[in-house]
Amino acid sequence: MAKELLKGNVAFAEAAIRAGCEAYFGYPITPQTEALEHMSKRMPELGRVFLQAESEVAAINMVYGAASAGVRVMSSSSSPGVSLMMEGLSYIAGSEVPVVLVDIMRGGPGLGNIAPSQGDYNQIVKGGGHGDYRPIVLAPATVQELIDLTVEAFDLAEKYRCVVIVLADGSLGQMMEPAELPPMQVVRPVDKRPDWALTGAKGRDPNVITSIYIDPAIEEVFNRKLMAKQAEIEVNEIRYREVLLDDAEIAVVAFGTAGRIVQSAVKAAREEGIRVGLLRPISLYPYPFERVHRLAEQVQAIMVVEMNGGQMVNDVRMAVEGLVPVSFYGRMGGMVPLPDEVLEEIRKVQASIDVAG
Amino acid sequence: MTNKELVESLIYTKPEGLTSAVTHYCPGCTHGIAHRLLAEVIDEMGVREETIGIAPVGCAVFAYDYFNMDFAEAAHGRAPAMATGLKRVSPDKVVFTYQGDGDLASIGAGEILHAAGRGENITVIFINNAIYGMTGGQMAPTTLPGQRTTSTPLGRDVEMHGFPLRMCEILSQLDGAVYVVRRSLHNVANIRKAKKAIRQAFEVQRQGLGFSMVELLSSCPTNWGMSAAEALNWIEEHMLPAYPLGDYKVSPAISKHGGN
Repeated sequence: MAKELLKGNVAFAEAAIRAGCEAYFGYPITPQTEALEHMSKRMPELGRVFLQAESEVAAINMVYGAASAGVRVMSSSSSPGVSLMMEGLSYIAGSEVPVVLVDIMRGGPGLGNIAPSQGDYNQIVKGGGHGDYRPIVLAPATVQELIDLTVEAFDLAEKYRCVVIVLADGSLGQMMEPAELPPMQVVRPVDKRPDWALTGAKGRDPNVITSIYIDPAIEEVFNRKLMAKQAEIEVNEIRYREVLLDDAEIAVVAFGTAGRIVQSAVKAAREEGIRVGLLRPISLYPYPFERVHRLAEQVQAIMVVEMNGGQMVNDVRMAVEGLVPVSFYGRMGGMVPLPDEVLEEIRKVQASIDVAG
Repeated sequence: MTNKELVESLIYTKPEGLTSAVTHYCPGCTHGIAHRLLAEVIDEMGVREETIGIAPVGCAVFAYDYFNMDFAEAAHGRAPAMATGLKRVSPDKVVFTYQGDGDLASIGAGEILHAAGRGENITVIFINNAIYGMTGGQMAPTTLPGQRTTSTPLGRDVEMHGFPLRMCEILSQLDGAVYVVRRSLHNVANIRKAKKAIRQAFEVQRQGLGFSMVELLSSCPTNWGMSAAEALNWIEEHMLPAYPLGDYKVSPAISKHGGN
């Protein structure tokens, strides 16, 4: 298929449709509403389910219900709406049904604003809802990646029977750029729904979808099962991109839109002779701890750039284990850093190395 | 008397729709009656293998252990939303929620209102016992004025806590609600009427007509601090005046089924 000019929100919605998403439940919230609007038109055209819920609370519980029936189902929202979904996401994780959610983050806390932000890293990546669980979290930096990761999210959700969150920000949701949509997959036939799904106990024992284990000893067994699954995910599903790291003395770590901006700054710094490269984590859970640690063994300094007050930087520090200095540069509240600002920060890191050297 | 004259005649047995599990419900609680009525209706309609139930948070949280059919356990109050998702992707299945008064009328007030407003083609069994049972007897949205609970130790003061919600009356105002009735489980005659209403509600769903709800006035001897018999009398004396039995919404679209 050829590339077309696509808006991020429309692109991931259409990508989900082509990945065989049978049902979408959502609630309008800027800056992701175009996804809901696209679904409202396309899903009925294809004989699939679209429903605008009365709240994000209801939307995620509709998703929970549809997922329990064994169909590919998703929702999308933005930061305050995703906060409302946390209860449902915890139940979904505790019931091990596959669900995909796209979070187009905006400035916060509270009502905040509708500008791009990465302020929900801690909330999304560390679990978000109550209890011991981790969703797989994928962070795209381009519309093409947003498309590809949305498709992949459905496969991962079903492979591990878990929640997969595509974590992007308002700029990616709103921007238009050339990208290629995937081919249309066939929707799973009704008689091919998974054997654990609620399809009516015809000729078999009843299936139950629940997250309650009233006996703590049994709940612990279930928790250990989730931990074992997470361990498997941590082995299999780490994703990241590297730019100019081979000979780097400085590594910048940044995800999503911040990573894309850093990439421009890195190229500009290279022109000044600064040996700097970029590590852009794509899977935020599982996090590429081991790669960051190896990087710390190679470079003399690491800088983290985020569109928040410093959240992922704590994971980087954990991976670095004090081997090299880790500095942080962040913009908040919906402000997006410019490549020149990042370049200036890279120069400062270079200067600190020169002084130390 | 010869052996041939000893003919056994089975007149009462466990419905196929129930499992053999011993329930955790307190002695005298009417949940058991409600469960049985539901299971009998599902058996009589022959839909057990295509029915999916949704349990609430509350005393009926383990309903899936007692019903012999596919079941989900929802978050507190969210059963109508979960049922919506399930039913929309499985329109050929029979989907019902089983919810108490705290679940349906308090924390889940938004979800039930909008499910009814959309005319969601699901059936809701609403157990109203005017109290929070599982957490040990706190005020419910249906607690009567003056009624003592562990969170209204001096009795529900309407100036402080407001007034009870009458959900049949509220939901019956919505265009999407097709069959909304209140029945009671305090004596045999009313139990028989309750079963007919449950059957009607499931028939409404099978005919694809829209939202149906049967509210069942129920007892909670443990948290009311009464014997089982006293509790049934309390339903009659105190709950019936506050929650009048009757058909609050019967859409003209409903064609009366023949059975029961």
